[in-house]
Amino acid sequence: MNLHEFLLSPDESARREGPHNKIVMSSRVRLARNIKGAAFPGWAKKADRIKTLDIVRPAVESLPQMADHFSETMDNLTLLDKNILVERHLISREHAAKNAGSGLVFNREETLCVMINEEDHLRMQALRPGLQLKQAWQAIDQVDSKLEKKLEYAFSPDIGYLTACPTNLGTGIRVSAMLHLPGLVLAEQINQIIQAVNKLGLAVRGLYGEGTEALGNVFQVSNQMTLGEAETDIVERLSKVLSQIIEHEENARGTLLEKKPKTVYNHIGRAYGILANAHSISSKETMNLLSLMRLGVDLGLFPDLDRAPVDELFVVTQPNHLQKRYSDKLTAEERDLLRADMLRERLRTVSRPKPKPTPPSSGAEKS
Amino acid sequence: MLCCVCKEKEAKVHLTQIVGDKMQKVDLCEGCAAQKGVNDPAGFSLADLLLGLGATQEAEQSPAGGELKCPNCGFTQADFKKAGRLGCSECYVTFSEGLDGLLKTMHKGTKHMGKVPHAMQQSRELSDRLKSLQKKLDKAVTEEDFEQAASMRDEIKATKEKLAALATN
Repeated sequence: MNLHEFLLSPDESARREGPHNKIVMSSRVRLARNIKGAAFPGWAKKADRIKTLDIVRPAVESLPQMADHFSETMDNLTLLDKNILVERHLISREHAAKNAGSGLVFNREETLCVMINEEDHLRMQALRPGLQLKQAWQAIDQVDSKLEKKLEYAFSPDIGYLTACPTNLGTGIRVSAMLHLPGLVLAEQINQIIQAVNKLGLAVRGLYGEGTEALGNVFQVSNQMTLGEAETDIVERLSKVLSQIIEHEENARGTLLEKKPKTVYNHIGRAYGILANAHSISSKETMNLLSLMRLGVDLGLFPDLDRAPVDELFVVTQPNHLQKRYSDKLTAEERDLLRADMLRERLRTVSRPKPKPTPPSSGAEKS
Repeated sequence: MLCCVCKEKEAKVHLTQIVGDKMQKVDLCEGCAAQKGVNDPAGFSLADLLLGLGATQEAEQSPAGGELKCPNCGFTQADFKKAGRLGCSECYVTFSEGLDGLLKTMHKGTKHMGKVPHAMQQSRELSDRLKSLQKKLDKAVTEEDFEQAASMRDEIKATKEKLAALATN
């Protein structure tokens, strides 16, 4: 089946709601698993990788949770398709670089996605909108329990699930949430928060995961340690930290509005001005300005705009989504022009931000 | 800044590595860096420090033979140093000695506390049960409680059969 017929439309995807989705854009729990005795994908020869893929892929496809699925080998996807999957946060950049011997299976709702022969034989992830770490863990735990009946996992009673990189050993779990934190960035408190979170043994990364920039004030927070602690404890610990970050972000927004309303209105007004009127704009600038518009929506400055269309623009203005829509032979300059055209058109009916006479308390905002 | 090895030439290669909350810095001149094999920053990975194969130590190691190799997949310690990842699940047995210290620095503990595959869980429970039954049997025999001993013997037989059935599945 065609990937683009199967994928949710960006609009549909952006309209999904979850708890705390003003600040938490999505939750994810992934498990790393390997087949006993088989060389890990990074070391296995192509023939062996294909053999593993042929064992794992049918097992994943037959899961009840995958009743309606998309399944493909990575060599059958174009580079553009793979990059679109990265921009949708369904696969990692590392997986997008794979070809023969690697594969991908995900369900219709895009809540369950399994990468085969990425760094490990299996990287299975449950995805949820908003803050839903427990639900995501339970979902992926069930998938894993089904798969262990069909596949013989590499497991040691002492050190747990055996993974290609020792950093994932034990539970093989990575629990993460994608957070939109413009308030903490504007209040210049973000570095303190990152340092505090790091001290707790958690990692803070950028928009596309490991080694990427925090574009659009979006940060990924995840656990780093996987051995010596049970999955539920890791989920619990991260949940606690996340609710603290949410509180700090809300406080930062409230304080900014109270103490420096002009600064906030200035940032949001300028963001709107550029996005609605530019004739050439880069992906990076777009993300950073859309982040401010999203903040404006949260603060009630755009009465005729919801969060979903802004989130949709986050997705469709990315380079590969533009290439897909227009032509895959676009230069960066041409993309910047088309991106600006799209933004002007989408924001044509959105009236400019209206500062409120009295700053609202953060609790009274539209959520 | 002078090279911290030869202390003569200016240091041009600066390496900083953070492991846990410890930061290590090495400043080398180009000559010493090449000699220590750290002229390729990509090749000088986490694994060096983690496996205790610092650049200096490694230079002192004899290059000849004796290097560990995984019998299952042929992966060597040098491969791990290069890739920072292991070759297969058996490598954890092959390289267990070097890995121990590494796991201590990167994780909360070195004992798995999480999920266990169901089949593994069952066999673990059965073998625990077998041990306790054996103890009860011994006790019954010493106490000459033959009725109890006979029932323990039957239970042991049944448990062993269950274990065997699990192993063949």
